[in-house]
Amino acid sequence: MPPLLEVKGLHTEFRTGAGLVRAVDGISYTVEHGETVAIVGESGSGKSVGALSILRLIPNPPGQITAGEILFDGRDLRGLPESEMREIRGRDIGMVFQEPMTSLNPVLTIGRQITEVLEQHQAADRAASEGRALELLELVGIADAARRLRQYPHQLSGGMRQRVMIAIALACNPKLIIADEPTTALDVTIQAQILELMKSLTIRLNVALIIITHNLGVVARYARRVNVMYAGRIVESGSADAIYHDPRHPYTIALLRSVPRLDQPRKARLDPVDGQPPDLTRLDGGCAFRPRCRFAIDKCAEARPPLAAIGDPGHFSACFRSAELAAARDVAA
Amino acid sequence: MSAAPEATPLLEVRGLAMHFPITEGIVMSRKVGDVKAVDGVDFTINRGETLGLVGESGCGKTTTGRCILRLERPTAGQILFDGQDVSRLGRRDLVAMRRRVQVIFQDPYSSLNPRMKVGDIIGEPIRVHGIEPDAARRTARVSELLSTCGLDPKFVDRYPHEMSGGQRQRVGIARALALNPEFIVCDEAVSALDVSIQAQVVNLLEDLRERFGLTYLFIAHDLSVVRHLCQRVAVMYLGRIVEMASVDELFDNPLHPYTQALLAAVPIPDPRVEATRDFRPAMGEVPSPINPPSGCVFHPRCPMAVEGCSRTRPELRELRPGHWVACSEAR
Repeated sequence: MPPLLEVKGLHTEFRTGAGLVRAVDGISYTVEHGETVAIVGESGSGKSVGALSILRLIPNPPGQITAGEILFDGRDLRGLPESEMREIRGRDIGMVFQEPMTSLNPVLTIGRQITEVLEQHQAADRAASEGRALELLELVGIADAARRLRQYPHQLSGGMRQRVMIAIALACNPKLIIADEPTTALDVTIQAQILELMKSLTIRLNVALIIITHNLGVVARYARRVNVMYAGRIVESGSADAIYHDPRHPYTIALLRSVPRLDQPRKARLDPVDGQPPDLTRLDGGCAFRPRCRFAIDKCAEARPPLAAIGDPGHFSACFRSAELAAARDVAA
Repeated sequence: MSAAPEATPLLEVRGLAMHFPITEGIVMSRKVGDVKAVDGVDFTINRGETLGLVGESGCGKTTTGRCILRLERPTAGQILFDGQDVSRLGRRDLVAMRRRVQVIFQDPYSSLNPRMKVGDIIGEPIRVHGIEPDAARRTARVSELLSTCGLDPKFVDRYPHEMSGGQRQRVGIARALALNPEFIVCDEAVSALDVSIQAQVVNLLEDLRERFGLTYLFIAHDLSVVRHLCQRVAVMYLGRIVEMASVDELFDNPLHPYTQALLAAVPIPDPRVEATRDFRPAMGEVPSPINPPSGCVFHPRCPMAVEGCSRTRPELRELRPGHWVACSEAR
């Protein structure tokens, strides 16, 4: 079976006062049916823009998708007219955003926001969609669902609002859900509840999930495959196990080493990633991580290393020294 | 860090309560209730020590910090800083206290004035407190503070928007250090930073603590950072401290069911470890501090709750040396 989603050589650019920003600079990855894929990166790495590009939700101007293919369920989304994109958004691909307060409409009831999706995409009548809305709220674990349907977003807690967002995303039985930092704004016990909910629902309903996050713990708990992004590119891609136990890109190695872990003895000092995040308006032709990299060599200034296969099947790294890194990494540690 | 003998409390908080009134009506405004943001909190911080104050949003950890800074006037209780009650200080004594107590805020975007240059931001407290009236010497002091915080002294002429989040937070730290304080309230000081930058700032805070003998109240929700940086930790829930112990004791041997739920909820960045963890998220959500549950405030969510929990509010008990727990079932 072909993959559900195939992104090939996607480029998204923004024209800003400070210059051209290549927010997404040629990323390619696939998502299989029912699979959970994590996209990990820090602010400005292009992880959110990459996902919003799939849904064509990039404000234009200043943003523009300049190249690449987005094959979803056999169709190239880039070639579709806007009217057909509108049908795919919310029906075939659901979306869960970081801040549920700003992504829900404050003047519509919860019930109306769910039935709207159903009426739009499934031409359901009022009664049928209200029944389905109730069913959806129960599915996402909201107690007293009938009363909640008549309430407004401000009457719900943050965790409850995010459950509503998930209910809306699931309303039309999508094949894929894109969740952009779905739990970043939530407290840790609520984060755990929401992630457990998303995990069990995606398995039960066989929905594929792209989870975009900066939290390495969330990725380890929930994703099967991981793409690590830096400065608009995927720098490492592989199974969660490969990424965490055999990282082959200096950025991944440094990132994993910089976070304190509750399951390990306390260290005297943390081991941070040196330097500052890259300024995307000032990238040169070399590797963007070079100024912060402990393994940089002259070659890194001359060309940007391509994403190349290493070791295990399905494990890729964009570093000229990937092959040597396994040994160097352990010495440096 | 030398001089000060062991266990001299620099800060003592006793029975602190901060209730915000809820009013109804605009013209004939009347009080209809209270948000009990902080509801009876006791702790001490010794000189040179870092106490972590952890909990979820709405637990009162930030309000506690704001009361210590006298940004709020508490409803009840005492806050003794070096023996003086902060909430009763007159203007002059308050100014003197604020030279010794500083704060680092969470958001390096909104806590720096966007229209001021970095040099003016850091120099302002020195000017306001009249410590260095001479402009040239003040400039030299600002450069010194910048390099202390790992920034190029050339940054004095920059505006906050020209800097990254990590650099801005260093400016916020330099400003807090400008008056040579003894005590700093760090309110989610690293929470807004990217993962790769967070460790840099944590290390900086540690270096500064050793170099200047600082005492910190480190307010945070990220338990792994708290474990790394603090010597003692207090866990807050709905305006109260539910558990307090030395850092290793608290993390190795959590006794309060809420602390246990918090620790279980933190995902470990290792898929192999995660695969072996038996994980069930804590039930329910944090109740409203306007109308908190009777008895133990955690009982509606607690897996260990027994009948009595809804009736009596458990007081903090010292179950092991230095390990305080507010749970009637904890042993």
